[in-house]
Amino acid sequence: MSGDTDHGAAAIAAARVERRWAGLSIGIICVLVVLAAYTGIHQAVMPQAQVETADPRTLHISGEFIESNLGSAVEPDGSVTVRAIGQQYSFTPQCILIPTDTPVRFRATSADVIHGFLIEHTNVNTMLVPGYISAATTRFSTPADLVMPCHEFCGAGHEGMWGRIKVIEKSAFQKLAADRRRMTCVAQ
Amino acid sequence: MLHSRRLILAHFWLAFAGFGIALVLGEWQMFIRSPLHAWIGNPEWYYRSVTAHGTAMAYVFPTLVSMGFGYAITEAALKRPLIGARWAWTGFALVAVGTVTAVVPVSLGLASVLYTFYPPMIGSPFYYIGVVLVVVGSWIWVALMSVNLYTWKRANRGTPVPLAMFANVAGSYLWAWTAVGAAIELLFQIIPAALGLTTTIDAGLARVFFSWTLHAIVYFWLMPTYIAYYTIIPRAIGGRLFSDPMARISFALFLVVAMPIGVHHLFADPEVGAGFKFMHSVFTALVALPTLLTVFTICASVEIAGRLRGGKGLLGWVATLPWRNPMMLAIAFSFVMLGFGGAGGIINMSYQLDASIHNTQWITGHFHLIFGGAIVIMYFAIAYDLWPHLTGRALDSFRLMRLQLWSWFIGMIVLTFPWHYVGVLGMPRRMAFYDYADPAIAPQALSVIASVIGGAILVVSGALFVAVLVRGHRAVRVEPGAYRFSVAVHQPQRVPAALNGFGLWVSLMLALTVINYGFPIVHLLSLPNTSVPVVRIGAAK
Repeated sequence: MSGDTDHGAAAIAAARVERRWAGLSIGIICVLVVLAAYTGIHQAVMPQAQVETADPRTLHISGEFIESNLGSAVEPDGSVTVRAIGQQYSFTPQCILIPTDTPVRFRATSADVIHGFLIEHTNVNTMLVPGYISAATTRFSTPADLVMPCHEFCGAGHEGMWGRIKVIEKSAFQKLAADRRRMTCVAQ
Repeated sequence: MLHSRRLILAHFWLAFAGFGIALVLGEWQMFIRSPLHAWIGNPEWYYRSVTAHGTAMAYVFPTLVSMGFGYAITEAALKRPLIGARWAWTGFALVAVGTVTAVVPVSLGLASVLYTFYPPMIGSPFYYIGVVLVVVGSWIWVALMSVNLYTWKRANRGTPVPLAMFANVAGSYLWAWTAVGAAIELLFQIIPAALGLTTTIDAGLARVFFSWTLHAIVYFWLMPTYIAYYTIIPRAIGGRLFSDPMARISFALFLVVAMPIGVHHLFADPEVGAGFKFMHSVFTALVALPTLLTVFTICASVEIAGRLRGGKGLLGWVATLPWRNPMMLAIAFSFVMLGFGGAGGIINMSYQLDASIHNTQWITGHFHLIFGGAIVIMYFAIAYDLWPHLTGRALDSFRLMRLQLWSWFIGMIVLTFPWHYVGVLGMPRRMAFYDYADPAIAPQALSVIASVIGGAILVVSGALFVAVLVRGHRAVRVEPGAYRFSVAVHQPQRVPAALNGFGLWVSLMLALTVINYGFPIVHLLSLPNTSVPVVRIGAAK
């Protein structure tokens, strides 16, 4: 800061650096947004898109969440749809059976309060909000035994609400599917 | 010269008392659910504690700090006594009464619903009414900030509003508007159900209203910290504020884009469609902008301090910084934690990556690092800086202050890094017990123990903080002089009207909220049969 000229030049340089940083910041944000949009549209990786409702008072009487319809169902196209319910303090079915190398679609809802639906070591992670239907899709490549905790506070018994996921070979699953409409791994 | 010293001290001491109790509760929770402790017997105690911890830390503590700091800024920046000191005491009393009203049912186990409410679970109406009183008390503060600013502006036409006051009022407006979401949820949905007037509630709609509050409240917590970055730190370490207009732009941007982004908390929810989830994701990315601008401006301001102290070369100025000055330590620690926390935040707000960590322990680790770490360590710095001006006594336990800041920083890192890790493993939140003997959960045990140790360090640090302040009340009397804020390299002689007031920014804030929340709310209101039966908590005892 020896003189006015130096100071003026420094001020201009400072303003230039500041503008560059602002430009860089905006650039970073644009890249993030474009990446999110591209992967969302191109690879269909995105959170649940549709809003669907289900009345918790009549779940057990009618609709897709009646007890006999819960568990894993094989669709005509070979994919598997898993329907489940969360309630204080368990899931129905408590153990979900899934084949390897098959597109799996989860459809779940809550019969009472808000619950969480998370399969550890996967990206299946959604909320069960009473009144609404949650959907998630995934695919498992290897057989595994996984835990499926409720990750949202649902009352004093929340810590006991753990479901299980059993991933078995596709061939073994198909054998079971031959004579059963809905499959679970709840001990018979 | 601060006139309302007792008022400001009352706010700070009530804030720090609540903080201290909630801090101990937090560590107790960490311990109870760790492998170091057996099954608690009655898990309900754990959820009581979580509710109290969250309510105190999220609603009471930062609100009181913002209010107290706001009154101090008003008097120090505008150089005149606070207008409406009686109203300020009324606001304080409302916050105090509200806190007690909320905490009593929580401690009796009648409102273990956590501070995020979670309808259709419904607890004692007194809990919700208490929270409403806290918010109403803080709205009196908002009104007073506005009145003081406009009275000053009328008397000082053509003079730029001091930066500290500009930022302070921006923070108060942000809070006024963001609190509306939870207020609607409480007044129109939860309290009628808690009083027994209604028996059903739309839980999805309630989540949308709460998300309106839940994200921007974080920026409300952040405001005192950012104000300290810009208007205290450069002065305290012997530097200059690099750019006054850029600071104003950052605060104005917070006001506009902090608000309409809360749906990123609902990425995994079934009641909002993909379009608005994406829209909120984009706006969440935008809110990184004011923080990136702040990082630049503050680093540049600190560099000026280093160079004024003789630092040369590309990085030589880092070595010449006043590292023994507690304020220097605080800003450095705060920035490190802001960096890690911000990087984690980018993952949370990501439209795709969120699914891998949504609502796991990663999230708890994240907001403890950002709020408990980057933000709260600056609350300590604010208290240290203001204390001599409030007590008229020296605050010179510098060794103790450094020890306190170091231990808070180390404790927070030891607490939150393992916490993030177990979140990536998929560990769920808010559980009174984990069966670490289960092979699926066993790998998380060591990390949880590390977090318990981190929490213990934080409790010690919290006790040191209170000790420093108490010693400040007993130290020798000094004349601290006028309270000063940072001086910019180029102090503004005139600033554009847009950066001297809030008309434009508040209009944008309201308009963006209407756009980003209007459709999801109207959509849910128009859906039939979405109200579900209320589930009462603590009723059958």
